Amino acid sequence: MTRRQLITGLISLACAFVIFVIPFIFVFINASKSAAETARLSFALPQEWRFWQNLVEVVQARDYQLLLAYFNSIVITVGAITLLVIFGAMVGYVLQRRKSGWNKVIYGFVLAGLMMPPAVVPTIWVLQGLGLFKTLHGMILIQVAYGLGFCILLFRAFVSTIPRDLDEAAIVDGAKPWQVFFRVILPLMKPVTVTVIVVQSITIFNDFTHPLYYLPGKENVTVQLTLYNFQSQFVSQLNLLFMNILLVTIPPLLVFIFFNRQIVAGMTAGGVKG
Amino acid sequence: MRKRSPYPYWFVLPAAVIFTVLFLVPTIASFWFSLTNWDLFDASFIGFENYQQFFSEPFLLRGVVNTLFFAVLTSGAKTVLGLLLAVLLTSGMFAQGLQRSIVFFPVLVSTIGVGLLFTELMHPTEGVINLALGAVGIPGPGWLTNPKLALFSVAMVDIWRGVGLATLIYIAGLASISPDYYEAARIDGATRLQQFWRVTVPLVRPATTTVIILSLIGGLRLFDLIWAMTRGGPGFASDVLASVVYKQYQAGFYGLSTAGNVILFLLIAVLVVPLAFRFYRKEVDQ
Repeated sequence: MTRRQLITGLISLACAFVIFVIPFIFVFINASKSAAETARLSFALPQEWRFWQNLVEVVQARDYQLLLAYFNSIVITVGAITLLVIFGAMVGYVLQRRKSGWNKVIYGFVLAGLMMPPAVVPTIWVLQGLGLFKTLHGMILIQVAYGLGFCILLFRAFVSTIPRDLDEAAIVDGAKPWQVFFRVILPLMKPVTVTVIVVQSITIFNDFTHPLYYLPGKENVTVQLTLYNFQSQFVSQLNLLFMNILLVTIPPLLVFIFFNRQIVAGMTAGGVKG
Repeated sequence: MRKRSPYPYWFVLPAAVIFTVLFLVPTIASFWFSLTNWDLFDASFIGFENYQQFFSEPFLLRGVVNTLFFAVLTSGAKTVLGLLLAVLLTSGMFAQGLQRSIVFFPVLVSTIGVGLLFTELMHPTEGVINLALGAVGIPGPGWLTNPKLALFSVAMVDIWRGVGLATLIYIAGLASISPDYYEAARIDGATRLQQFWRVTVPLVRPATTTVIILSLIGGLRLFDLIWAMTRGGPGFASDVLASVVYKQYQAGFYGLSTAGNVILFLLIAVLVVPLAFRFYRKEVDQ
């Protein structure tokens, strides 16, 4: 490293710190203050650290609403991702292996699903017709419908790296199509599956808009909606709002620390291809 | 009899059913419902009245104009800043990996959390931004309370939050440029600036297309950040199509809300689809 690279690096690090890190420090400091102190919204360190008390207060607020919200968000995320991985991989596999005129049609739908915003009120109308409005399984299916495009593109790209000889060997040995897929192909797709799981879990966990429309009701609250509720409730208790922001920021931070490589792979592949 | 393919189409079926029922059917139905006066039970046909209202009521039209302004501004800024940051973050400088992570992390954080945080930072009298400006003698504006500035302030936050993704895509794009080109340019006596304009910019074009497509779509569809920061206010000054759709839905004007949704489809169809299809054709044909 040259002297020049060291100096640019230090200057740039200082800028990055001010622009991107200080806001998060602000959240942490203010989450540790008393209500009266946060009302002044300053950077001064708390006179008395109340981190733990604030944490307990946020968790207990509105009859332990946050715990319910975490439970709902986790159920939706896990349910949707299970279906997305299996169904998305099945489509990506057939799409890559079998060339036909249908492929173009399927691609058209995949791209439309990636780009077009959902028609919200008609979707509520369909969900009501099916009895799925305001239900967790309805929400899971919605997240599957909206996430499929991304998953299909990623799985399709990965299938093209698996040699066809493997399928053919399995077929010669008498395997049925579903056996070839579930016994031979799916286990080989572990790297891309991890990427899909990581990227989609963050997307679905952070989703605010769709639960707002399709999952109204106190008992259906999700993690992002607690923030929105707390905003009006805690006008004079900004410390608790900041604590809540901190609590919803921690899961993505942990995922980021442990799965940095997969996130980068997924975001750039998803970017380059969809 | 035709031999049965080892790659049967029923593999596509579960995904196709979910996608058709929950995405395609509502999308197609929206064209019909946008022409009606609708309360979820009864829809009566009223022709293009909802659309007429959209383009004659100033507060609805404002939403359309704001959506375009917001999408173009944020997309342009993310493209330019993303490329510059990517060049900087591949220059081999000190703490490069750490800085990549720092720039990227906001992409993963809850948008509502980011929005509420910046609403506090941008508070006109007590917010940290204006306190800092005041300390050096500049009177800070009412970032979110001034109707002329509100949408712009939200756009700044959106750029702060999204530039990391653009940077990441550009870093991947830069990595695919062979060092031979730079070597050849140096031998020909090109300066660093010339190398940037004549080698980097043309060869990183696929990444540029991707960044523009993604950020335009994101900008046109944006809802959560606006909702967390201004709720379209003050007045209707920072309303965008997605927030108008939500407000009209809450007010019970389902036909009008759906018309807003259709206008959003059409904007994306006109602005993004041609760009995307040209770009993805290569991918589909291989």
